[in-house]
Amino acid sequence: MSPRAVVERARAVGLDLIAVTDHNTTENAAAVIEAARGGGPAVLPGIELTTAEEVHILGLFDPGTGLGPFQAEVFRNLPDVPSKKKFVKDQVLVDAEDYVTGFSPRCLFGATRFSVQEAIDLIHRHGGLAVACHIDRESFSIISQLGFIPPGLALEAVEVSPRLTVDEARAALGPFGPLPAVRFSDAHKPEEIGCATTDFLVASPCLDELRRALAGEDGRKVIPS
Amino acid sequence: MTLSDLATRLELRVYTAALPLDRPVGGGYASDLLSDVIGRARKDDLWVTMQVHPNIVAVAVLKDLAGIVLVNGRAPAPETVEQAMREKVSILGTRLGTFELAGRLYGMGIKGS
Repeated sequence: MSPRAVVERARAVGLDLIAVTDHNTTENAAAVIEAARGGGPAVLPGIELTTAEEVHILGLFDPGTGLGPFQAEVFRNLPDVPSKKKFVKDQVLVDAEDYVTGFSPRCLFGATRFSVQEAIDLIHRHGGLAVACHIDRESFSIISQLGFIPPGLALEAVEVSPRLTVDEARAALGPFGPLPAVRFSDAHKPEEIGCATTDFLVASPCLDELRRALAGEDGRKVIPS
Repeated sequence: MTLSDLATRLELRVYTAALPLDRPVGGGYASDLLSDVIGRARKDDLWVTMQVHPNIVAVAVLKDLAGIVLVNGRAPAPETVEQAMREKVSILGTRLGTFELAGRLYGMGIKGS
């Protein structure tokens, strides 16, 4: 999943907007944003945060956001367990030319100390959108971990994994309440990019338009797949 | 065996002190996946978990569980205690881990399904 490979694949499958959402880190997003400059797609920096309940919450941010303070807060709340070498090897930090510039020494696969509510609040404080990930999966899903989606959470959306359509997920899990549902690829390999996508009716591929589409504002909307 | 008996014998901490502990415990279930507890726990089970989210109260009500024991010294979130008081679900706690607590409960006659 090097920046160039991600951009190349996203272009090949015709995506207008992608987000880089590594586990518990936003550190590699800038390289992909840089790699996509000129020919697209638009790239949002993001994160797949693991909460204390082992729920995965996606944070999507505007590329103009300085995410240093956000990332520092995440690292402060990751257990200070140095990752074993065999894991660290996979936690590369890269630049836009695909060069490895370092390794993240933290246990990025671990759970933070944030509760689901705290994770959502943190994402919102930094202007981001919070999405409950792959709610139909048997692990790391808000439904697998917490039984049901707690009422009153200020999530912008829930995400269904590529395994199911949104309608299939609703049938399997029951109604999600008023939250809009989206499908993303959750790609861990370049060839998985684009295996699930969501169409939005928006003026341009950017975070603010995405926010308005999820809220159904001003004619923007999620187009049902 | 009631919650009170278990609390005394295992020196459990009681987070919902105003609630009576006279409810009989019929069996036990240990899991940290609430979806799994919804699927498999039985009425009157004592539920052993390390999840402290308010949803544990809703699951205990839904399954009519005898009570919840939090392991590893984990304390419930304040909203969890508030909901538990409202819904009359007893939440207890122990410094023991799940394996050790389940073993001791089993030794006292609290069985799984």
